[in-house]
Amino acid sequence: MRPPPPPSDERPLVLLAQPLFPDFAAALASRFRFALAADADAADAAEGRVLLVGLKPVTDEHLAGLPALELVAGISVGVDHVDLAACRRRGLSVTNAGAAFAVDSADYAVGLLIAVLRQVAAADAYVRGGRWPADGDYPLTTKVSGKRVGIVGLGNIGSRVARRLAAFGCAVSYHSRSPKPSSPYTFVPTLLDLAVGSDVLVLSCALTDETKHMANREVMEALGKDGVLINVGRGGLVDEPELVSCLRDGALGGAGLDVYANEPAVPPELFGMDNVVLSDHRAVITPESMRGVLEVITANLDAFFSGRPLVSPVQL
Amino acid sequence: MASAGCMPAILLCRRPEASFSAALRERFRVLDFLASGEPLPTFLAAAAAAPEPPRAAVVTGGCSVRVDAWFLDAAPSIRCVVSTGAGVDHIDLAECARRGVAVGNSGDVYSTDVADYAVGLLLDVLRQLSAAGRYVRRGSWPVQGDYPLGSKLGGKRVGIIGLGNIGSRVAKRLEAFGCVIQYNSRKPKDSVPYKYFPNVHDLAVESDMLIVACALNKETRHIVNKNVLEALGKSGVIVNIGRGSNIDEEELVLALKEGKIAGAGLDVFEHEPKVPAELFSMDNVVLSRHIAVFTKESRSDLHAHTIGNLEAFFSGQPLLSPVQADSVVQ
Repeated sequence: MRPPPPPSDERPLVLLAQPLFPDFAAALASRFRFALAADADAADAAEGRVLLVGLKPVTDEHLAGLPALELVAGISVGVDHVDLAACRRRGLSVTNAGAAFAVDSADYAVGLLIAVLRQVAAADAYVRGGRWPADGDYPLTTKVSGKRVGIVGLGNIGSRVARRLAAFGCAVSYHSRSPKPSSPYTFVPTLLDLAVGSDVLVLSCALTDETKHMANREVMEALGKDGVLINVGRGGLVDEPELVSCLRDGALGGAGLDVYANEPAVPPELFGMDNVVLSDHRAVITPESMRGVLEVITANLDAFFSGRPLVSPVQL
Repeated sequence: MASAGCMPAILLCRRPEASFSAALRERFRVLDFLASGEPLPTFLAAAAAAPEPPRAAVVTGGCSVRVDAWFLDAAPSIRCVVSTGAGVDHIDLAECARRGVAVGNSGDVYSTDVADYAVGLLLDVLRQLSAAGRYVRRGSWPVQGDYPLGSKLGGKRVGIIGLGNIGSRVAKRLEAFGCVIQYNSRKPKDSVPYKYFPNVHDLAVESDMLIVACALNKETRHIVNKNVLEALGKSGVIVNIGRGSNIDEEELVLALKEGKIAGAGLDVFEHEPKVPAELFSMDNVVLSRHIAVFTKESRSDLHAHTIGNLEAFFSGQPLLSPVQADSVVQ
């Protein structure tokens, strides 16, 4: 139970779609007064102008009972779990984590890529299993440097992935909704063409109606039996049953996955595959990213309450 | 290419793959030690007694043949030794120099793959990729538990021990992640913009991670010792893609057990194939069996390069990648 607020509580009210992570609550409680939207008293529900959302879905119903609502503030980069159409209809602004997670996500994507191509985890399991003295030659893997990499979504994360892989001598191309003239990398107008011309495909774009299942069987077959798919975006970008099937059939060479269609469920058929690196959506779980997103959230809330432009608005 | 009648003879002291073996036999008369099944003295005596004894030998580290005074006495016709790795700690360079025996290694063939692997090991340790994979595969994810925090790479100070072919490639890659690069080597390199530290202890004090990318010789044995590990500190990470004996392995295991350093990525060990069992239960350690060079691409590059070294020798040219007795090869 929170102690009663001081007599004149100057802290602006922020409604919560779900309880905050304890670290976040501790960091923000001195600046803002929080109330869980579902339990809010009549006054708070009527006055609340900001809804801070977590990772659980946010529907029109959540928004409906809050007549003063103007801003939906997210703690993640992806906002595919928020009914953006409803926000648009209601004239709401939406903010996300901006670039707070970009560096760690990009680093992680490269880590996954090297891990798949060089089978780092499989090598580690081999040694831990005591197999080194006994078994014979270890199979050859494939060189990372110089691979042709196709990046899907050249935003905050994708552009950083590109920069890192360029230092490995990789040839970087990308596909996105529109070309970025200032980018030194080659724009490819369709995802299929990108897959045809790439050894590795890195998914680093938002999940929307257009991008859902963009990595389908055709794309994976175009990537091919030596091709590798890396996903640090959202599980929904990939047709997951087809992914499993392509890997099982050898139509796709390998995959590095931090995200899945129905987290935390991971298709168990993938567990036995040495050419698949599995991770539990932890690309951004570092103290630095956590501090970074807190800064972005605070900055967005400060800007909103003082009438200044939002720091990381999402285009609706 | 020489015709069958006058192909020069070579000693082969390592197990070749079929394609390499075939490529060698197209150009040379191959005297294959391992295939002979004989003890080394017998094999070398027979080779020396042959009408056209071999003038070159192909060797590798980690195999039972040491090219030392005894070997060179037993095979006096040998005037060139080509190693199929970068390391030449299995070759007595001073002895070869005294006898005028040319020594060659794999040059730059492996450097890129080793550098790539070093970055992969580092990322895995910092971001716990292999540990995450184990977590997912044993079904731990659906169960809410502690979410161990990974550690950001950017902005961190990377201390590279040995800024040669491999170390400089590691530097270039990690710069793109926003790391600050600094290094120790025998002498400062004026052409690089990185900060030089004349000794490894001071480098460790000022680094968040150490990458061991130097050759193994008298000066570099246990160059990472207890003091260096303590200087690296409890949030420090070390990656070894050099030789196991570059690090005092006992002290390393102790430092990991006691939390004196945060983690390690190790492709090499002091007494391969033995790996200290205490490491097997640690989630902050990533292990592999000396495979940093093993890609299909560098394997075929290596074959071409080794043949290139041999052909250069037999045609009186300098080796493609000669090793000097006083050089530190990386």
